[in-house]
This record gives sequence, C-alpha cells and structure tokens, in this order.
Amino acid sequence: MLKRVHFPSSLLPYLLVAPQIAITLVFFIWPASQAVYQSFLIEDAFGLSTEFVWFENFELLFEDDIYLATFGRTIFFSAAVAILSMSMALILAGFADRVVRGATAYRTLLIWPYAVAPVLAGALWVFMFNPTLGIFPYILDFVGVDWNHYLNGNQAMALVVFASAWKQIAYNFLFYLAAMQSIPRSVIEAAAIDGAGPIRRFKDFIFPLVSPTTFFLLVINAVYAFFETFGIIHAVTQGGPANSTTILVYKVFNDGFVGLDLGGSAAQSVILMVLVIAMTVVQFRFVERRVQY
Amino acid sequence: MASITLKDLVKSYGDTEVLHHIDGAINDGEFVVIVGPSGCGKSTLLRMIAGLETVTSGDIQIGDRVVNNLEPANRDIAMVFQNYALYPHMSVRENMGYGLKIRGNSKADINRRVEEAAAILEIGPYLDRKPRQLSGGQRQRVAMGRAIVRDPQVFLFDEPLSNLDAKLRVQMRLEIRKLQQRLGVTSIYVTHDQVEAMTLGDRLMVLNGGYVEQFGTPIELYDRPATLFVAGFIGSPSMNFLPAEVASGMVTLANGARLAGGGTASGKVTLGLRPEHLIADETGPIEINVQLCEQLGAITLLHGHLSGTDVECVASMPGHVSAAPGTLMRFAIAPEHLHMFDTQSGKRVDA
Repeated sequence: MLKRVHFPSSLLPYLLVAPQIAITLVFFIWPASQAVYQSFLIEDAFGLSTEFVWFENFELLFEDDIYLATFGRTIFFSAAVAILSMSMALILAGFADRVVRGATAYRTLLIWPYAVAPVLAGALWVFMFNPTLGIFPYILDFVGVDWNHYLNGNQAMALVVFASAWKQIAYNFLFYLAAMQSIPRSVIEAAAIDGAGPIRRFKDFIFPLVSPTTFFLLVINAVYAFFETFGIIHAVTQGGPANSTTILVYKVFNDGFVGLDLGGSAAQSVILMVLVIAMTVVQFRFVERRVQY
Repeated sequence: MASITLKDLVKSYGDTEVLHHIDGAINDGEFVVIVGPSGCGKSTLLRMIAGLETVTSGDIQIGDRVVNNLEPANRDIAMVFQNYALYPHMSVRENMGYGLKIRGNSKADINRRVEEAAAILEIGPYLDRKPRQLSGGQRQRVAMGRAIVRDPQVFLFDEPLSNLDAKLRVQMRLEIRKLQQRLGVTSIYVTHDQVEAMTLGDRLMVLNGGYVEQFGTPIELYDRPATLFVAGFIGSPSMNFLPAEVASGMVTLANGARLAGGGTASGKVTLGLRPEHLIADETGPIEINVQLCEQLGAITLLHGHLSGTDVECVASMPGHVSAAPGTLMRFAIAPEHLHMFDTQSGKRVDA
C-alpha cells in the first residue's frame, strides 16, 4: 500500500507535478488534438484554402485499397518482427541462463544492440546487404540467390524484418533472462532428477513458466513494430520498392510530409493513436494480472 | 534398492576445498542422516550424490555402478527438496506422474501408481489441484509422493521439514520414518536438527567444516562421542565442558573437586558431563552455584557455575525444582558417564 503524504500547503504538490503536466500538454496532448483537428480538414492542392469536412478523410482511407493493403502489411510485418525477435531472444536467454563461466560478458554483449539508434541499425543492415557492396549478397550469390532489395519487394520486406527484429532481440533477451532466473533452481533440478533432459526441461518447464513474460513482450513488440521501426525503414528502403515495405507509420510520414496530404495523413495518425490506446488497454487489463498457471 | 559407497570424496570450488576426503558405506535399505551446522557441506554432499554438483575427486557408487559422471536422471534416485520444488503449472497428479511420463510408462500405469502413492500419503482428494492451492504440509506430501511413485533405488531428502511448523514437523518426521521402513528404500536425509537426526536415522554422519566427525548409530554417538564437536552437537541440552586434570584414576576439576573415574588417561583434558547424568546428591563432589532455573514441566534445567570458578554448568533434574540465584547444590555422576577429550585435538581420550 502506498502511504498518503499530506502537505501543509495545497500548492506544493501542484508545483511539483507542474513540469510533467506542462511537458505532457505541450508534447502530447496539444499535437494529438491538432492531429484530430487536422484529420477533419481537406486542403486544396496549392495549400491556399482548407475546408472542414468531418469524417470524409476517414471514409476515403477505408475505400483506399493501398491503405488497406498497408494495414495488412503492417500486421504481417509486426507479427514477423515479434515472432522472430522473441524466439531468438528466448533461445539466447535459454543458453545464457545455463552459462556458468563469463555469464556477465555474454549478457553485456547481447544487450549492446539495444543501445544502437534505429537509423544506425538500418544503415548497418543496408551496408551488409547492399547488392553491389554488401557481404551478404556476395555470399548468397554462391547459393544461387540473387539479392537485390532495391528491386525485389519480398527481399526488402525480409531485410526490414531482420533489421527490426535484430534491434529488439536485446530488449526481449533481458526480460526473458530475468524471467528464467526467477524460476526456482530447485524446480529445474527436480525436473532433471525426474529424468528430463535440457530440451525437455526447456519445453515442459522454462517455456510455460515464462509465459507471463511472453505475453507482456508480445504486446511490447507489437507496439515496437508498429511505431518505432520508422527509423529503420526510412534508412533501409524508404518504404519501397513500390510500397512493399510501407507500414502504417511510414505511410503517415510519406503522405503528410512527402505527398503533403495533411488531412489524410492526420486521419491515419488518429487511427494509429486509437490502435496504440487499445494495445495499452490490453496490456494493462491482461498483463498486469499475472497469467494463471 | 542399493547400497551407496563414498570413496575419498572431495569437492572444491576453485581453490577452496569444502568437502575433505569423505568415506562412508551406506547399506542397502538403511536410513542415514547427514547432520551438521549450516555451512558444513552436508547439502553439497547430498547434491553430489544426486548428481546436481560435480565430483572434484573420489568416487560415488550406487549399487555397483560408479555414478560420478552420470546425469541425475540416470542415477535412479528421487529427491525431496527443502522448498518442495513442485512444478507450479502442473496439477498434483501431473507433478507426481511427470517422471513416469518421461520414462514412457503407459497412461493407465501412471494413473495406477500415482493413485497408489496418493493413497499411502492421504492426498487422494487433492490430485487435481495445483500446488499453490495446497497447504505446506500437503505440498510436502506431494513432494514425497513424486519421489515414491518412481520406485527409485535411493531417496534423498534435503531438509524437507524445515519449512513446516513445529507440530507438523514432528508428525511428518514419524511419517517419513514409517514410509521408509515400509518401502525399505535406501535413504539419505540431510538436516541441521539433531533431534530429527536422532529420531530418524539408523545411522548418523556428523559433518563439521567438511570433515566427517563421526559416523555411527544415534546411541553410539550419544554414549561415546568421538570428538568434542559431536559431544556438543548431539544431546539437548548440550553437554557441559569443564577443564580438568586426570591422574591415576581420579579427575580433578578447576575448583579442586575430585571425582573417581578417568581410567588410565592422564594430564589435562576437557571433561564432558551430560546435564541429565548429573544426579543431585548432598555428598556429591560437584558443587554448582545455581543462577537460573528453567522449568520445562517434566524436567527443570539449572544453569549456574561450578562453585568457585566461572565455568558454566547446566544440570537437568526431573520434576519441579526451584532454587534462588546463588544457591549451592551438589551433584554426583557415575564414572561411566565421564567423557574425556584431548584439549588440543578435541578427540576422545579413551578411559
């Protein structure tokens, strides 16, 4: 239970929270309300006049095949990123949990990618997979794969998925490792005495016992893939080729700041805002309550 | 069922040796208790037998197999942990049947054996509950059940009763003993509680600082403790230790009092007297300046000093006795109840 602290003056508590409230108002509430307002406006092609049109921007969006395709692509992208990064992190954490010698060194190295800025992570992967300079296209050529993510949409998608997942592995790894270390040693030892080998122990004990963490990370990774991968996509493919790596967040940027369709772009960001609110609700409703086992 | 042999067993962590050349033979069907203060290496020894710790040097033999390099799963043992280590996401039935399931027993066979074990332990009604829905005593039974369904060659117990309240501990102690006698499985039980050790074990291995102090039946340990440590550790209240000198069949205490006994030993010794062996006697040679009476109902413990010295001494008297602080009381003791130990090495000096 939190203890209630009483201040003699009623002014002090307000003063103490004022900076946080000011930041929230200026950087979150105000832009968000501006976005909602913008989404009700249509501007003419030359930016000379604006017209208040209520929900027309939204209606146009949901009739737009390109937008709906982007929606589907985003869901595929975020599922792929979440599954790839979480399963890699789970495997790495499973191994790191068993290491006795030099455990700290392994952990530190595995956590490093999290400190890399998204754009830099993107740049790294662009260089490695550059069709003319990169090392990977050179290697892939030997097994008969012609790598060119500037032309091949599927390859471009694979590349942004890899880059985004790679960056998120460190974060997932930390949570999985912490979850695994909170499983009582003796439970795993009892399983070993009962006859379960390392793989069986992982499948029957470690995986089910970290399920609350898995659920938490699922939400966090979905949010990450939806919103925080902009930098990677911008650096790697800029949404191309032919929109094949344009996800919702990238389309907001593209339509608004490149295409200058401010109303449409604002409407898309309002939809994204509703999505993130929904995900947060899911997280608080279900994740804060421990998964029952 | 099998015997267990420990041969020159050593365990080191880095440069620190924690178990020093342990030898011991445990017979088929025997219940051996490893007892000692915390940090003496008793759990480490048990975990080495279980295969949860590696062996630095020496051999562990179960039956006629050397098991040093076998995985725990292949040693045909079952272990009950201090915190029970039940699988939190599995029902009681799944917990107990897991080992059999891994070994590929049929469903019908698993069910039959789990229900048999549950009947023995009286946990039949809880088979479909999860561990968190059980009380401490019930969890303890499930942990035991998980050990017995597999019908292993050896049971290992790592302080299994230390998380229970005092009354339940006494009850479970009896049940463990009865169960072991009924099943006749070789068992090793680790505890720091000497009463538990005395009541449970066919034989006790007393460990101290990684050395075996003595390995024998409870009565041997009580009647003829091999070292000062064992003498002080076994028995409650613990033995009085008084500095004394022995010469030609007479023992002289620090205050000049003389007792018959001591046999052929001579020189300075540490004399051990059990409080319950001191008998009130007006003409007895041992005079105690009583400082405090502890009334326990059946017996009274008199705490005080050997008169004329500041050597502490406790006497145990049957029934209710009360004495004001400062009262002088005299006690006698039979010669066969004198224990003499070398003042340097702490080893028993035989009379």
